[in-house]
Amino acid sequence: MSSISNKAAIVGIGVSRFSKDSGKTELRMTCECIKAALDDAGLVPPDIDGIVKHADDATDEHSVTSSMGMGNLTYFGESRWNGAPCAMVLRAAIGVTTAAANYVVVYRAANGSSKKGMGTNLRNMAQLDTGSLLQWTYHAPFGLMSEAGRVAMIIRRYLHEYGIDNDKFGWITTVCREHGAKNPNGIFYEKPTTMTDYLESKMIADPLRLMDCYVEADSAIALIVTTAEKAVNLKQKPAYILGATQSMVADTEERQSFYRPGISGLPEMGHMAGRLFAMAMIGPKDIKVAQLDDSYAPLVPMQLEELGFCGRGEGAAFCDNGNRIRIGGELPLNTSGGSLGEGYIFGMNHVVEAVRQIRGTSTAQVSDAELVLVASGAGGPASGLILGGSR
Amino acid sequence: MMEYVPGIPLLRPYIDLDNQGFWEGVKQHKLVFQKCQDCGLFVHRPRPMCPRCLSTEKEWVSSEGRGKVYSWVNFVYANAAYPGIKVPYPVVVVEMVEGVRMISNLYDVNPEDVYIGMPVEVVFDDIADDLTLPKFKRSEA
Repeated sequence: MSSISNKAAIVGIGVSRFSKDSGKTELRMTCECIKAALDDAGLVPPDIDGIVKHADDATDEHSVTSSMGMGNLTYFGESRWNGAPCAMVLRAAIGVTTAAANYVVVYRAANGSSKKGMGTNLRNMAQLDTGSLLQWTYHAPFGLMSEAGRVAMIIRRYLHEYGIDNDKFGWITTVCREHGAKNPNGIFYEKPTTMTDYLESKMIADPLRLMDCYVEADSAIALIVTTAEKAVNLKQKPAYILGATQSMVADTEERQSFYRPGISGLPEMGHMAGRLFAMAMIGPKDIKVAQLDDSYAPLVPMQLEELGFCGRGEGAAFCDNGNRIRIGGELPLNTSGGSLGEGYIFGMNHVVEAVRQIRGTSTAQVSDAELVLVASGAGGPASGLILGGSR
Repeated sequence: MMEYVPGIPLLRPYIDLDNQGFWEGVKQHKLVFQKCQDCGLFVHRPRPMCPRCLSTEKEWVSSEGRGKVYSWVNFVYANAAYPGIKVPYPVVVVEMVEGVRMISNLYDVNPEDVYIGMPVEVVFDDIADDLTLPKFKRSEA
């Protein structure tokens, strides 16, 4: 059986500024990012014959093609949920490695700060599809609606089973903000925060604090994927896709499940890790830097455990004092700042940052970043990537 | 006690052919769970097929109504909570003696008194003329 491993690469990246108010439509931001990604790769719009978007993205494929003079599309489709970022890259890689398309653009754009507040989705239940309604039928009437609340529920159990103090999660936010403070494009540029800030931040859904949660932003991101053969003729050093997979297991729900035998782990991530490392033919110890789903800080130690970077229940200790997860440590995490320290674009910035690490252009560069892992969708349908600097 | 905010719609279950047995039971102040008639597996949330033996033959079996708090979250900040319920309010996962878990609220329990493992028993809260929710009060172990 033929695998896509080592046959495709990310060759262009385009990123908007992360801001609290972009002053632009999501379509405009998308087009600007795609143009930046094309320029980055050394391509022009007619080269693009494939598009992968997110199901929740308001910017349609045809709006993009008509705005950008793309008239040669042969491959397009969507990915869903919070685990979409790496899945969209996988879908693009499938497109180019099967010759359904030559150059596939992947995009995500959201005025996530100026257009909507944290609680917007709580009021839009009627717009949810039937699958979500069925799941939420058993949660919503009891006031369990927000993502933060659903995360807090599994975190309480995690704290209980492993005897962890939730103050420890502050190290994840602190390190992400440290990395974000180096990133001129992010919300927290030159604005690091401290453990004291974290401990003083208000409890929102006990045991989750405000500073455990991602930072809303207006932003957009575009990526271009092509084959490994075509990649070498373009402008940038290719970020080769060595491993790429999605992951769902029994009792996976859209975001956190409360019904499976244990809820103090992220079984989708564990399931994903096995396949991802096998595809790339490497192990956790080979990874020099990782971009994990930090939409909620406590999900990071759980991912470290599931991905095999430490033992079960040891993730919070791994992050303690931040020394192992900051630049210079054994596994620097979320070096652009991620969702906690750069801004929230549903985890797409994590993929871009992985590409920068491979190229050696990060604002928090890790030396010898030959192999980078990206994970998205902690607690629900997940996806992951391993990118490499050589084939 | 949970306080519902007037003027903000109550969130209602989406009832269909697969789950109506559960909600009809609740309406009659009975807690029932889906049990497979072929292999005997209890399942919650309801679903059309038994995930263990793939049977579509199910019955709605009365629960003993007792369980323990498996996990819980206390909504203390309005922006992270449902605006139709006044904060603070706790939401619990209850592990029932039948082995299934369900999301619910506590009845007559202060948030500071909740703990994992707390024994609870079902009560029915008629929060509107046409909406009853199964909630839990503290019980003797």
